[in-house]
Amino acid sequence: MNHIIFLVFRRMRTPLLALIVAYTIAIVGFVLIPGRDATGAPAPMSFFHAFYFVGYMSTTIGFGEIPYPFTDAQRLWTSLCIFLTVSVWLYSAGTLIALLQEKTFQRALAEQRFARQVRGLCEPFYLVCGYGETGGTLVRALTERDRRAVTIDIKPERIALLQLENLREFVPALAADARSPARLLDAGLNHPCCAGIAALTDVNATNLKIAITAKLLNPRVPVICRADSVAVEANMASFGTDHIYDPFGTFALYLATAIQAPQRTRLFEWLTGDARRTPPTSRPPPASGRWILCGYGRFGKALHRHLTAQGLELVFIEARPERTGRPEGTRLIVGPGTEAPTLEEAGIAEAVGLIAGTDDDANNLSIIMTARELNDTLFVVARENQSDNHGLFCAVDADIIMHPSAIIAERIQLLLATPLLADFRRQARRQDEDWARELVERINALVLKETLAVWELTVGLDEAHAVQTALDAGTEIRLATLGCDPHDRAAPLPMIPLLHVRGGERRLLPPGDLPLGRGDQLLFCGLPIARARMGLTLQNPHALRYVLTGRSHYEGRVWRWLGPRLARRLGAAERARPTSTQDAEATRDHR
Amino acid sequence: MNPEKVVFGFFIVLALTLNFGFFVGDIDNPDHHHGWELFAVIVVNLIATVLKFGDRSQMGAVLLATSLVAILQLIAAALVWTIAVHATEAGMTPSTMASIVSLAGGAMIANVVSVVLLIIETVMLRR
Repeated sequence: MNHIIFLVFRRMRTPLLALIVAYTIAIVGFVLIPGRDATGAPAPMSFFHAFYFVGYMSTTIGFGEIPYPFTDAQRLWTSLCIFLTVSVWLYSAGTLIALLQEKTFQRALAEQRFARQVRGLCEPFYLVCGYGETGGTLVRALTERDRRAVTIDIKPERIALLQLENLREFVPALAADARSPARLLDAGLNHPCCAGIAALTDVNATNLKIAITAKLLNPRVPVICRADSVAVEANMASFGTDHIYDPFGTFALYLATAIQAPQRTRLFEWLTGDARRTPPTSRPPPASGRWILCGYGRFGKALHRHLTAQGLELVFIEARPERTGRPEGTRLIVGPGTEAPTLEEAGIAEAVGLIAGTDDDANNLSIIMTARELNDTLFVVARENQSDNHGLFCAVDADIIMHPSAIIAERIQLLLATPLLADFRRQARRQDEDWARELVERINALVLKETLAVWELTVGLDEAHAVQTALDAGTEIRLATLGCDPHDRAAPLPMIPLLHVRGGERRLLPPGDLPLGRGDQLLFCGLPIARARMGLTLQNPHALRYVLTGRSHYEGRVWRWLGPRLARRLGAAERARPTSTQDAEATRDHR
Repeated sequence: MNPEKVVFGFFIVLALTLNFGFFVGDIDNPDHHHGWELFAVIVVNLIATVLKFGDRSQMGAVLLATSLVAILQLIAAALVWTIAVHATEAGMTPSTMASIVSLAGGAMIANVVSVVLLIIETVMLRR
């Protein structure tokens, strides 16, 4: 138990003792003082009556004098006792209520409640430290996929915000400092169901401390970290943090890929995109010509790192180069990008692209509006720092809006919710543009205007009971079998197998004749209906047998008894009228 | 010397001695068991219970538990007494007195355990 609760109990001693002593004095007095009944005979007060009278006198309820009207001696004692008991009662009640309302006590109670809720979790959950924009997006995405999450944030108002949020799963949340190992343990760091820890606070040092704590106390659990600087990233990597995300590096790489390989970017966006998985329509960024980059801070440096190798002509604009340093081998114009003269000096008229990447949203918007006036064919990339301003960035009509928090959240969500898709992404990066274009066309033909679903499958009793049972019985099942509609096996399901993982071996776009085995992991994309139909084949032995053999069998006692008899009848009818039906054939076969 | 410990020990031992004083005598004879004694036992036991609040040690927890048991038994005895005298026609009978005294006897066992624990704790401290 928490020490604060003991402290509160200890502090309750004085008010309670005062109450007991005051009551005792008052009761003893009333029992000792002789009373008289209506006839004037002596009638001493009993303990019961004295307690009753003191009880309502001290709480100022005042029912009157019982059991008989008081004598003057009793009234004298009463007038003394009123001051004693009423004041002690007010003092005690006030102190007790104040103690119960004390912040530290309330916090101790909240911590205990939180620890109890986390202990009670019995499905895998993710511990998200920092419920800011990134953490909030991640928690929402996880709960939308029926994953559980636990969250800690140092700001109570953010936790209050979580309680207002309409999440699909209950998310235990605590306002506490995630740097404290005790709080992380309360939040389930050592819980057997803890599936991962995401350190997403906006302070690098805190993320570092969380990563170290997690790696030391529970090395089994994967740790995902946000790091905004190269030094912190290297520090985190040094003790084995599993995944480190730098929002600026991630976006710069994304932009470099988008310029170099638009088809592949389109494919990834389609498979992973948050935009309800409809094909992205924006134009690809121009792959040659002059790009003007405003701001040479963390974001500008990451862009410089990734874009210099692309064969683009880069021009940086930075208002205070003495603070940020100068890019090597690239032109730098000193001045605010918000003003036309600076942009003109950078050659805005001949430029093909503009990246407004300062850490101030008002400046970024101003840069874009000024630049558009000077050159309206520009491809514009905008950095959005605060999601409050999202409406403004949509209105200014930038081609790509870069939001650091959203990028991190999307990547982590991908990693946690569909790890195979992250795998697929890594594998597909090695493929060329033609491969990507072909796959995009295939997916396009498959889904037409409908939404695309992406799902994973692990062959085993949990997710594929029927298939695993059949495999155990020695039946060979190929990948193409899963692609058959269990309602009509001649029709293929509208889906594409994207990735097959067995052991450490990964195979992109696995062929249909691939035999399945226990523990195989598969990634599919296709229409939602394909996912549902495939689920039937995977779990239902009858559906699987139909898909494998094209025949339905009788199952269950009644049908096993009735089936052959029915089949004989049908068979007789068939001999008379020789038009074979598939069902009749199947029953004959069974017999 | 810790004055807090003096007060603590005083009330725990006083709870036992007063309880014993109420308990001795013929079990069903109302003349041997006075109401004042029961009142004093209850008040001293209440004070002893409150003094045990907020002790983090295992010993503290067991001491609190024994006091709570004693208080429960004594309040039951006081209730039986009050109901017998004020709410029944027969008033105080030898059988009612017997049940009051036996309840107080149970409370005395709890108080004995309290005192024994207190002694054990003191002895362990001396070592």
